[in-house]
Amino acid sequence: MQIYLNGEEKQIPANLDMAGLIGLLELTGQRIAVEVNEELVPRSSFEGHPIKANDRVEIIHAVGGG
Amino acid sequence: MPSVAAEQTPATPLNNQFPKTDIDRSMPNEIHNDSFSVAGREFTSRLLVGTGKYKDMQETRDAIDTSGAEIVTIAVRRTNIGQNKDEPNILEVLPPSEFTYLPNTAGCFDAQTAVRTCRLARELLDGHNLVKLEVLGDEKTLFPDVVQTLQAAEELINDGFDVMVYTNDDPIMAKRLEEMGCVAVMPLAAPIGSGLGIRNRLNIRTIVENAKVPILVDAGVGTASDAAVAMELGCDGVLMNTAIAAAQNPVLMASAMKKAIQAGREAYLAGRMPAKRFASASSPVDGLFF
Repeated sequence: MQIYLNGEEKQIPANLDMAGLIGLLELTGQRIAVEVNEELVPRSSFEGHPIKANDRVEIIHAVGGG
Repeated sequence: MPSVAAEQTPATPLNNQFPKTDIDRSMPNEIHNDSFSVAGREFTSRLLVGTGKYKDMQETRDAIDTSGAEIVTIAVRRTNIGQNKDEPNILEVLPPSEFTYLPNTAGCFDAQTAVRTCRLARELLDGHNLVKLEVLGDEKTLFPDVVQTLQAAEELINDGFDVMVYTNDDPIMAKRLEEMGCVAVMPLAAPIGSGLGIRNRLNIRTIVENAKVPILVDAGVGTASDAAVAMELGCDGVLMNTAIAAAQNPVLMASAMKKAIQAGREAYLAGRMPAKRFASASSPVDGLFF
């Protein structure tokens, strides 16, 4: 199944939830925040949040900035 | 709080001969407890710093420690998936136990992306709701788009954010943003990263005089005297990044900025002498022996 992950096409297994995707990316436990199709997905909802084909997933973290 | 020395020194007869004036002499001779409050949070330092553009994380930490800043801005960006796994994160270098984060919306050119960015930041920081809103107008000037800024501010305030807002040095817009409920208004001194100093002192002064919320100069400071001028104009604080990070020696500049903020603040509280066009002799005219 294809999704757009941080702006790039990515193939992922079907029936993956957000917690599964985060695990696949080895980001479990990292300080990140996620939105899908421009809507925030709270960390508390990762478990069981379905990912659909062509979802636009953004995973962000904090960086230095002014 | 008056200094201990002033409290313990008994008034001498000579001191009593000084005429009373309407000048507030209760002001302490040194400022020990001049805290600054925004959105119900109290801070000692009036210097707020950005965390971008440093050579590395060590320099970031060293400069920010030296600056004495308690509030640090951060940005939110896409994670580098699969890259730099061992690179220290800014939140580990500047932990929340020591600093108050001010996530920004740098890079946003419309209200909606700014609002999305703030929501992501709040989630990232476990519900922390203090944000720096900036909605930019164009790449060349990075001047704020005030129409988009107003829209974003309204949406964020309605969503429970405490909004510190970057805006033009425009007294009308500053007042409008305050009336909407922004917790601090942050007019630019000059374009972001330009180091040009305060381009319109009169406007900054007017903004300060009109305001009931903290006013902080944000962006455009180049060197220590610029920061001192902002404080002498009565600003509650100054937010800067490039002026420190792009100095030849950022840690030394951080030290200079800390002192400039304190000096400017004390000069403002002390009340400067009126400027005069012509001279006024400092030594007595009476008693000349020639």
